[in-house]
Amino acid sequence: MTTIAAPRPGASYPVAVVTVGVRAARKFIRTPALLLGGTVSGVMFLLIFRYVFGGAVAHIGTMTYVDFLAPGFIVTSTIFSAMNSGTGMAEDLQEGLVDRLRSLPISGSAIVFGRVLADTLMAGWGLALTAGCSFAVGLRLHNGVGPALGAFGLSLLFAMAFCWLFTALGFFSGSAQAAQSLAFLVFPLSFVSSAYVPVKTMPGWMQAFAANQPVTPMVNTARILTEGHAAVAALGHPLSAYLPAALLWTAGIMAATVPLCAWKLRRA
Amino acid sequence: MPALIEAEGLIKTFGSVRALDGLDLTVPTGQIVALLGPNGAGKTTFIRTLATLLRPDGGRLNLLGHDVARSASEVRRLIGLAGQSAAVESTMTGRENLTMVARLYGQSRRQAAASTADVLDRLGLGEFAGRPVKTYSGGQRRRLDLGASLVGSPRLLLLDEPTTGLDPRSRNELWDATRHLGATGTEILLSTQYLDEADQLAARIVIIDAGRVVAEGTPGELKSRAGTDRIEVHVRDAGDVDVATRVLTAIGLNPPEVDTATRRLTLACPDGPTVMAAVTAGLVEAGVAIDDLTLRRPTLDEVFLALTSQGALV
Repeated sequence: MTTIAAPRPGASYPVAVVTVGVRAARKFIRTPALLLGGTVSGVMFLLIFRYVFGGAVAHIGTMTYVDFLAPGFIVTSTIFSAMNSGTGMAEDLQEGLVDRLRSLPISGSAIVFGRVLADTLMAGWGLALTAGCSFAVGLRLHNGVGPALGAFGLSLLFAMAFCWLFTALGFFSGSAQAAQSLAFLVFPLSFVSSAYVPVKTMPGWMQAFAANQPVTPMVNTARILTEGHAAVAALGHPLSAYLPAALLWTAGIMAATVPLCAWKLRRA
Repeated sequence: MPALIEAEGLIKTFGSVRALDGLDLTVPTGQIVALLGPNGAGKTTFIRTLATLLRPDGGRLNLLGHDVARSASEVRRLIGLAGQSAAVESTMTGRENLTMVARLYGQSRRQAAASTADVLDRLGLGEFAGRPVKTYSGGQRRRLDLGASLVGSPRLLLLDEPTTGLDPRSRNELWDATRHLGATGTEILLSTQYLDEADQLAARIVIIDAGRVVAEGTPGELKSRAGTDRIEVHVRDAGDVDVATRVLTAIGLNPPEVDTATRRLTLACPDGPTVMAAVTAGLVEAGVAIDDLTLRRPTLDEVFLALTSQGALV
């Protein structure tokens, strides 16, 4: 049977990822609710924790509260940023943008990967901003710049895992509103963790959750990397107690949600 | 040259609903084709399957000789999709949207800029090109959406209900753009639930209902399939309706449809011009005053209602 030869192939994988990512980034930068909403609420919460609770909790161990709080605050801010991935993905599906992209001669996975990469960079911007504000309200590094940069990099990786997680939820939610309402998931993860107060001050049943969910090991890893010995003393365990769990959770979340996104995209 | 579209026993189910129920269709190249059917007939499912967005559950679907399920990436290079199943990014400008899609078709930056400029020009979108899409009117947005499906110079343009929700002026603009594309060598398949849209744009109409093709042909062929010519009589005085009904009943094979409120009688008849002369003579002889007397082909509405399940409801 004769067939009509197809014209030039579509965009290469990197070009497709970047092109799709640039679109997601433009949407973020040009939508004030996305750009300012997250930024303003992040700064506001930092000030509330630092100055409202900070007065009551002056020190944890030998650490000032701001040194204890800031790493936890910075890590959890990435999860709040990642929520946008869910609503964004649901919106793209709902409005037909995903259909348009899927009808183009590019790899389907580039459509999601480009989005997640852009969302991760956006979370990185939020991360840098909260870090800057934390320094302004009194955070000091006690373990050198190198490990602190390591903490930043790990937080970014953690952010990416949560972008994948929320993107998967966006696929399942059906609408942007439904995706938005999934945001409640963030509260137990961020508050019932070691991010703002030590886990050992919580009731026993709650400690069981707080100590064994992904945020706590990542927060403690970032805390020890930025604050060193004082953090190890305050937490009662060295870096080796937290880093493997933090990496395992990050890898595990991605291992579960990346194939899920790919599967849902084929059926979108 | 392979057929533009060849569907054989095409099946697509969603749960217990058979959206495509053994659809058979062969469409040759070289003419605008309209897929006409009521809501839920399977039009969008068929277009989405052609656009590789859905995998058929059974049967075969080829586009220019490429199997849609097995050679999805070849098919995607040949098509452009617009209408209710595709969209543009509202925070980006018209130009940015088109350039994005052009880049995804694999064009270099320079090619993408050139094809964007060309499409903006062809669709008369130049003056809004630098504005964010969220400031566009519904018609402008729809034309940009059409443009996005064109920057890749597709062989086949798939338009899924392209004018649904548009005001008459925007609809006419989109029709003009579509006719122009068809005339300059782009193959076009459009779905619509508007008969006049199919009549206006398409050289070939495929009527689908409940996931199957129920009729296809040129608008003229379909109209003659629903039978016969129609003679319409408007009588001046309400009192003459009964007399006129008797005259027409005596002439026609079947009694006429009578609408007493508008004093209009419609007679279906196989040989319009001959019967027309008899009707005129008969009415004059009976002394019926006539406001208007016309001979016409059946409308597509009459064809549509006669051929689809909606006809049973009327």
